[in-house]
Amino acid sequence: MDFELSEHQRLLRDSLSCLLRDRYGFDRRKAYARAPEGWSREVWHAFAALGLLALPFAEEDGGLGGGAVETMLVAEAFGESLVLEPWFATVVLGGGFLRHGASPDLRASLVPRLADGEVLLALAHAEPGATSAVAEVATRALRDGERWVVSGRKTLVLHGDVADHLVVTARVAGNPGEGQGLAAFLVPTNAAGLSRRVLRTNDGRRAADVVLEHVFVGERCVLGEPGAALGLIEQVQQEAIAALAAEAVGVMTLAHRLTVEHLKTRRQFGRPIGSFQVLQHRATDMLIALEEARSMAIYAAMSLAEPDAGERRRAFAAVKALIGRRGRFVAETAVQLHGGIGLTMDYAVSHCMARLVGIDAIFGNAAHHLACLADAGGLI
Amino acid sequence: MDLRLSEPDRRFRDEVRRVVDAELDPATRSRMEAGRLPTKAQWVAWHRALARRGWSVPEWPKEHGGPGWDAVRRYLFRETLQAAPAPQPQQFGTQMVGPVLIAFGSEEQKRRFLPRIVGLEDWWCQGFSEPDAGSDLAGLRTTARLEGEHWVVTGQKTWTTLAHWADWMFALVRTDPKAAKPQAGIGFLLIDMRSPGITVRPILTIDGEHEVNEVFFDEVRVSVANMVGDPKRGWDCAKFLLAHERAGQARVGIAKERIRRLKRLAADARSPRGRLIDDASFRDRLAAIEVEVKALEITCLRVVACEARRGGEPRPDPASSLLKIRGSEILQALATLTLEAAGEAALAAPEEQPEPARNDPLSLPDWAARSAPLWMNWRKLSIYGGTNEIQRNIMAKAFLGL
Repeated sequence: MDFELSEHQRLLRDSLSCLLRDRYGFDRRKAYARAPEGWSREVWHAFAALGLLALPFAEEDGGLGGGAVETMLVAEAFGESLVLEPWFATVVLGGGFLRHGASPDLRASLVPRLADGEVLLALAHAEPGATSAVAEVATRALRDGERWVVSGRKTLVLHGDVADHLVVTARVAGNPGEGQGLAAFLVPTNAAGLSRRVLRTNDGRRAADVVLEHVFVGERCVLGEPGAALGLIEQVQQEAIAALAAEAVGVMTLAHRLTVEHLKTRRQFGRPIGSFQVLQHRATDMLIALEEARSMAIYAAMSLAEPDAGERRRAFAAVKALIGRRGRFVAETAVQLHGGIGLTMDYAVSHCMARLVGIDAIFGNAAHHLACLADAGGLI
Repeated sequence: MDLRLSEPDRRFRDEVRRVVDAELDPATRSRMEAGRLPTKAQWVAWHRALARRGWSVPEWPKEHGGPGWDAVRRYLFRETLQAAPAPQPQQFGTQMVGPVLIAFGSEEQKRRFLPRIVGLEDWWCQGFSEPDAGSDLAGLRTTARLEGEHWVVTGQKTWTTLAHWADWMFALVRTDPKAAKPQAGIGFLLIDMRSPGITVRPILTIDGEHEVNEVFFDEVRVSVANMVGDPKRGWDCAKFLLAHERAGQARVGIAKERIRRLKRLAADARSPRGRLIDDASFRDRLAAIEVEVKALEITCLRVVACEARRGGEPRPDPASSLLKIRGSEILQALATLTLEAAGEAALAAPEEQPEPARNDPLSLPDWAARSAPLWMNWRKLSIYGGTNEIQRNIMAKAFLGL
């Protein structure tokens, strides 16, 4: 049992926090958010220069061979600075499908460009009206000689507005909800028959609704085994939940730090409000929630290596449920202890709240995952 | 980073499990399963069985009889006992007065008392709280007046757990009523419970149990050889002891055992929606607690791993306040879920000697009858050992600088 970072991992954390301190103060973030895409290409290239975009990919594909802990460190640091750039969509989601599902040939052509910041990816999985169950996919893929023809509607495609390629999940057989029959394809966003509409998310990001009408996909762009891609989709989703958990820890860390500073500096009744015990206790409860979340982020990173699929599914349901609940608790307490200022667009705490609510919502909220966990027999 | 136990640690845990299964008296186990304290005889027998293996004082250094385990093994040992469920080594000696004597006691005190703690030949009780000194412990008023070779003790202690079984008490007594600060002028005194002038009066709690007592001192004479350290610096011992007491209060093993048990019970219990175990609301609530137990367990392991890296005996860590707060809240939530699962049957008081596996459809199951007493009893978890509010004060000061 060991919770220590390696020398390499410490170095990564330190250089990243240095970069973010220089480039991602909250005022700068406001400027990035005002750009039409809602983030900064310049910062994106700085991330590329630091190797963050190459990090999880295998060295033979042009990556740096980082593992779950490295991804956790990056996600946590990004959370603490409320980073807006499409790292999660491109590297964790899109990159996850490339790493686990793409042919060597496809990886060789895409990974180096992705690592350089030239290519953006997004995941088109969720569908209008579906629950968060992984297999609720109605989008169809039909074989047509050497090609596949994909048709369907996708929603909440995070950063789908700017992505160059989408990972599209679809069904080659069976009905929505069934684990059998799933497939995944890499589809360029300029493909004939693919149309997009930009959405804004409540946490200040962009996403897209996507319609696919008879979109042709070549054999080279098949990800995983058509008809048997459930495991692939689940694996990427679990890696995504691990990253979200770490990001949530970062966001909660920021919300808590700002709250404690506020308690020390804000004066009412002739003294700092942090001298009031009732507020001290609520700040302490935030700290407890943060540490529980941190434990679950570590548990998530470590559980990615769990060989038993059922065990892994239960672990990630538990992680997502706890992160969602504790995240919302920290958010609402931070806002309450700040008073009205905590709700303003100008101040970082409100953005922490928005992001933590967003993190809960993605890939099934706490209620969804608790129900899944209960149906799977629980953890103990 | 790696969450897995090392192979030797896994074997160690299996060995502890095997010993518990082979040597724990079934009657002791079933009392623990019912959520009750073991009887004194059961506890002594079990403690001595552990002592025969050198396992009764996990936190002590080897020279005083400790097993020389690192923090990971100490944790695994306690957690495995909790999950059995088996009693822990009796804590008043092993986790409270013992470490204080090792840190502050004279060589003579160590020689005299420590070996008898290892084998539970002396049962200790804790004389800290008084009617007017609870969370504000420094307000205590029991006095010790020096007369030649004796301290003469007069006053009252309360909430004294298992004082009616105790041979000895370690007590905080005011040795200098004129000291400048309330914390100054307090001594840490070892008092023979058979001394003339001591009266132990039971306090019965609403669950029907006799765990705690009032203890009265009327001119009780105690040899000066029984004062630990400086008679005016006993507060240092008290702080040391309280910080140690909080360590290992996460009780993750107990929570796991209660959850497994509740799942078994819920397969037989009924709700308006059918079997309780099939009731979505019950299942979701239980799952939520299981998730919290997992978060607590990993947090606990983080603290333990940190301690193991540092090496040596346990040291006070404000993180233990977090473990105590969440550990107590989780067990209370489980007790609530069990109480609700019992439904109307929670109204009946438990019978003293329930038939083990009775199939009489007219009688109420024992677990259901025990659910209300246990729920009531477990309110203590957030009160004793420093209330959860005091723990939050400690954390606010230590971690937040508030």
